[in-house]
Amino acid sequence: MAEELLKLDQISQEFGGLRALDQVSFVVQTQDIFGIIGPNGAGKSTLFNLITGIYTPTQGNIYFKGENINHLPPYKIAALGIGRTFQNIRLFSTMSVLDNVLIGGHGITKSGFFQCLFSLPKARKEEKQLRETAKELLNMVDLYDKKMDYAKNLSYGEQRRLEIVRALALHPSLLLLDEPAAGMNPKEKEDLMQIIRHLKQEMNITILLVEHDMNLVMNICERIAVLNYGEKIAEGSAEEIRNNQEVIDSYLGTAHRI
Amino acid sequence: MDSIFSQFLDAYTMRIIILIGINLILALGINLVTGMTGQLNMGHAGFMSIGAYTSAICSLNLDTPFLLSLFLGAVTAGAFGFIIGIPILRLDGDYLAMVTIGFCEIVRVFFLNFEPGGKAVGLSGIPQDTTLSFVWLLVLIILFLNYRLNRSRIGRAMFAVKENEIAAEACGIHTSRLKIIAFTVAAFLGGLGGGLYSHYIFYISPQDFSFTKSIELLNMVVLGGMGSLPGTVLGVIILTIAPEVLRVVAEYRLLFYGGLMVILMIFRPNGLLGGVRWYDVKQKWFKMKSKTTKEG
Ligand SMILES: Nc1ncnc2c1ncn2[C@@H]1O[C@H](COP(=O)(O)OP(=O)(O)OP(=O)(O)O)[C@@H](O)[C@H]1O
Ligand SMILES: [Mg+2]
Repeated sequence: MAEELLKLDQISQEFGGLRALDQVSFVVQTQDIFGIIGPNGAGKSTLFNLITGIYTPTQGNIYFKGENINHLPPYKIAALGIGRTFQNIRLFSTMSVLDNVLIGGHGITKSGFFQCLFSLPKARKEEKQLRETAKELLNMVDLYDKKMDYAKNLSYGEQRRLEIVRALALHPSLLLLDEPAAGMNPKEKEDLMQIIRHLKQEMNITILLVEHDMNLVMNICERIAVLNYGEKIAEGSAEEIRNNQEVIDSYLGTAHRI
Repeated sequence: MDSIFSQFLDAYTMRIIILIGINLILALGINLVTGMTGQLNMGHAGFMSIGAYTSAICSLNLDTPFLLSLFLGAVTAGAFGFIIGIPILRLDGDYLAMVTIGFCEIVRVFFLNFEPGGKAVGLSGIPQDTTLSFVWLLVLIILFLNYRLNRSRIGRAMFAVKENEIAAEACGIHTSRLKIIAFTVAAFLGGLGGGLYSHYIFYISPQDFSFTKSIELLNMVVLGGMGSLPGTVLGVIILTIAPEVLRVVAEYRLLFYGGLMVILMIFRPNGLLGGVRWYDVKQKWFKMKSKTTKEG
């Protein structure tokens, strides 16, 4: 039963004179795996930064579960249930793998400074829950054995996976993945696809995905939007996008060679 | 209790142990805001000053009991931390450092002209209520609470803010609120240390709390290792004892200080115990032990 989870309504974003996004609209339904593709500099990451509140759109509105989130700060948007990863991995690199995931759950825990300081029952209960969730999540991506390693000492693929489970610790209903397969080998990409499918099927998470790997995108995305110079030039199923002449001319023609 | 100590320890040693305790409380404040949360605070002496004067004036003029004076000093300093923290914690890095230095100077100049504080002459005859056992009881309580905090969501979030603010926000951390909490608690500890100091030294003047004092305290945390509790303890012990040992080379003391810091930054840029985890130490020790038993 699909319903509107995220809605972008005529979003524009300007940086000085540069129009990074130009009146982009689309709707992500619950349980979608929604892909965003387009050449470098098309505005894909900017779109993520708008949804997660790092920027406020110059024009237009963003709705999450029907609520306008334009002016909410990032930490509030996270707590509403939007998790994300970053194109240039942003882990807490000198902290342990486990700590990274525990911090990931910050937005859904509530105990305050004094409750933590004196380790009051509420803080203890939340801590226990956080640790259970973290263990489950780390097991899911085969990182539990490395829970005490520094995040910076993980391989590139492991770091990308860690960043995903850190976002999952928020129990998000929407997960934004910015080029999750970048730098992964074919085996790791295969695993990643499994994980993403698992998130959708077993954990009911809706996924918005930016990716340059066309094989991955065409394989797992039910719906795809194409951005070019900040404008949405197409939207549809994988099949429709593959056969869209404008998309082939502006992006797919070159992407396949990459 | 303290009479027992004084049987075993001479006055000079007791003095150093008490000063280590006071410096530790002050340094733990800096460790919280700068070491853990990553906000460079060079104005700690300002908060110390507010705590020292407030508690001293309470004890001298209002005859409040020691504990209440101390508490009032710490709360006043904490309140100042909170009020100035809100605007200035929007700044980061060098700018924050500059503004906190400015704050420290403003406080100093204020007390230089403050009639009830004795202006440049300062205050004397403050009751000498700070005892060794009391200071160290406080130290142990604060260390214990700090340790607990570090293993809670708030403590971890503080480290997260230091590591990567954008990622921290994406995890749902209200970074500006957390910085203000850290800054306020640090100011509170600064005020507490100041009150203990004035009730130990029993004579204070504005010069005691100059910007140099802030740097001295900051150095202790840097030497030990930013964000590390054992590191802070070690740094405080070394840098409190060092000037005593170096009394013989009086004029070259600062030279030695500078040299020590330079050497440290070359060989251990994260401080003596910075980035050392108890877990790794245990792991290593365990490996060594199993190796020797195998060989034996
Ligand atoms: N903070 C900013 N200030 C100024 N310009 C920016 C800013 N962020 C992005 N831009 C510009 O906006 C445009 C879109 O950038 P964006 O990072 O969204 O592209 P992208 O589609 O994610 O590209 P890539 O595939 O390389 O990641 C680029 O021209 C970029 O230089
Ligand atoms: Mg990008």
